[in-house]
Amino acid sequence: MHRKATMALAVAAALGLPHAATAQTQDELKALREQVRQLDRRVTEAEQAAIQASSRPASESAMNPAVSVILNGIYSNLSQDPNGFRINGFVPTLGDVGPGVRGLSLGESELALAANVDHNFRGTLIASISPEDSIGVEEGYIQTLSLSYGFTIKAGRFFSAVGYQNQIHAHAWDFTDAPLANKVFLGNQLNEDGIQLKWVAPASFYWDVGVEAGRGRQFPAAAGAAGPRNKNGVGSGNVFTHVGGDFGTGTAWQTGVSYLSTSPQDRTFEDPTGTTNSFTGQSRLWVLDGILKWAPNFNPTYTNFKLQGEYFRRRENGDLTFDATGAAQTGGFTSTQSGFYLQGVYQFVPMWRVGYRYDRLNSGNSSFSAPLNAADFPILAAYNPTKHTVMADWSPSEFSRVRLQFASDKSRSDVTDHQVFLQYIVSLGAHGAHKF
Amino acid sequence: MKTILRFVVALSSTVIALPATAALNVFACEPEWAALAQELGGDRVSVYSATTALQDPHRIEARPSLIARVRSADLLICSGSELEIGWIPLLLTQSGNPRIQLGSPGYFEASQQVARLEIPKAIDRALGDIHPGGNPHVHTDPRNIARIAPALMERMAQLDPANAESYRQRGKSFLERWQAAIARWEQQTTPLKGVPVVVYHKDFSYFINWTGMREAGSLEPKPGIPPTPSHLAELIDQMKRAPAKVIVYSPYNSPQAAEFLSSRANIPAVMVPFTVGGTDKAKDLFGLFDDTIARLLVTVK
Repeated sequence: MHRKATMALAVAAALGLPHAATAQTQDELKALREQVRQLDRRVTEAEQAAIQASSRPASESAMNPAVSVILNGIYSNLSQDPNGFRINGFVPTLGDVGPGVRGLSLGESELALAANVDHNFRGTLIASISPEDSIGVEEGYIQTLSLSYGFTIKAGRFFSAVGYQNQIHAHAWDFTDAPLANKVFLGNQLNEDGIQLKWVAPASFYWDVGVEAGRGRQFPAAAGAAGPRNKNGVGSGNVFTHVGGDFGTGTAWQTGVSYLSTSPQDRTFEDPTGTTNSFTGQSRLWVLDGILKWAPNFNPTYTNFKLQGEYFRRRENGDLTFDATGAAQTGGFTSTQSGFYLQGVYQFVPMWRVGYRYDRLNSGNSSFSAPLNAADFPILAAYNPTKHTVMADWSPSEFSRVRLQFASDKSRSDVTDHQVFLQYIVSLGAHGAHKF
Repeated sequence: MKTILRFVVALSSTVIALPATAALNVFACEPEWAALAQELGGDRVSVYSATTALQDPHRIEARPSLIARVRSADLLICSGSELEIGWIPLLLTQSGNPRIQLGSPGYFEASQQVARLEIPKAIDRALGDIHPGGNPHVHTDPRNIARIAPALMERMAQLDPANAESYRQRGKSFLERWQAAIARWEQQTTPLKGVPVVVYHKDFSYFINWTGMREAGSLEPKPGIPPTPSHLAELIDQMKRAPAKVIVYSPYNSPQAAEFLSSRANIPAVMVPFTVGGTDKAKDLFGLFDDTIARLLVTVK
């Protein structure tokens, strides 16, 4: 525009003025040029102001938090009756660990609201609406923004930083269901009411150290009729640390270790025979996790690969109460159990991924002291469950995904459950950001 | 709890001296802003670019190494307008660094300093991955760099008053050289005026607007949606009726779709650097525009 204007002036000057222009006209021309230049600048500024103004939302709703909704639906074909689902060799967690219902069903819908509260805090609420028409608070926490030296504090209800997958929302999982290890050791997914302090080291690589104190509202601290621990103070404690970084120009890695310690009080479970048992004692869980993500030049758009694995080891000791006939018997109980999963997911062309997961649990050693008898606890009889899972998914945009998954699940000692899932997961509203 | 805190403090003292302590630690989301901060800061700043020209700045993982970098940053420079929405919010909340949070002087969004193009009138995901704040790729118009530089210079001076004079002097020198370069580029790009161009993604809109080129189509059917066979077939038809003169794509795009259209419609495809480091010659901001213009002129002639 600027060039056009000066050009026009120059042409006008060339045509309209005789060859011997006076010094005065030269001055005038200069002044005119300056005026045009200024006008040009003002027009540009005005344009800019207009655009800025038009992009500014004027309503009160501009202060609304970012809202997003996750919808998912599933078709399940299960060769075994899901009502008889159990993971043999392990204490039932009473969590949501089963493969769901047969046929077509609506998955759990999620409603997430998040915004900065002020310059000190950020608030997040994630509600889950179950297909059975109940609403639950999956996460609801505040998080500090203004602490210095790499510290952050989170308070409220949040997914505990125990292991890797536990912190990730189900809609962002690479498979339809959680690994067996997460099911038996964390009751599928542990969200604790509590407080978390985390520190990120000022190092050239990533290193965090954190501690969580919780109420102990869920397995392994509590399950069943007794409900969460009824006590002042802390019902569950977790410490964790992670290190991570890059290898070369395409591989990012992170590995961590966490230790969850709880002291369950009357944690009950019902044996398949209908007997109610309860455990009081100590439960200590170690989790070692690792994740590796590769993408050429860190550009995951076309191809990328993700390798993820976790190893769990739990030791429980205390008293087990066995009540078959109304006459309770209590005796000592000790168990050391472990399990792991390893999974790889490969995006071979844009939008398309395939993945495989291997699960294995080791029921380890359980010992019962008199008057208890191992034969009274059939669910705890030694058995090592395994599971093979393959999946393929298609994500036509950042906001939608359709997945087909097959699994051969040997959670039950007597039968193999062949599972087929066809699932969609979509997100509406605010653009999400996913954890590494 | 007490022992854990003591443990944390002990750990911190062992690693606290690790990163080099330059006057100002700059974390740039994209290479163009790293280059600009380097121009203005010289040896008074230590600049880290989170991405390279081979990455799509919208699709970045919030990797642990990036959190570590943000942890020690004094100044974060991003394009903004939601370009980095999938990863920057996580880096901010995970870093435990109050200096670079939204609203702090250490948080600088380049696109907020200039008039944005393509602010959508309707906002709906059916339109693709559009940004409500307008097109975020503002750096492809050198006049925008000239507008952003003084604001960034002042921000750096505010954060590091001891070196304020140095930033202002370097800024002044840069702007003089930059204005001269713009004048030169504007002459060079005269032949590009009115030239119809097919883009891969809408990341050249500002360049097109500046040079007076005309966008005749894009390989992506909708912003952020990868090219599909049916859309490419439509484009080929469209090119038969009204051929474009050139197809441009960025180093982070796969050349396949551009080459396919190029061979079917007989239109040259050219990779332009898009940002600093995108080609060998795009070593700095000056090289970026020199090489972009040179590559286009060779193709269009």
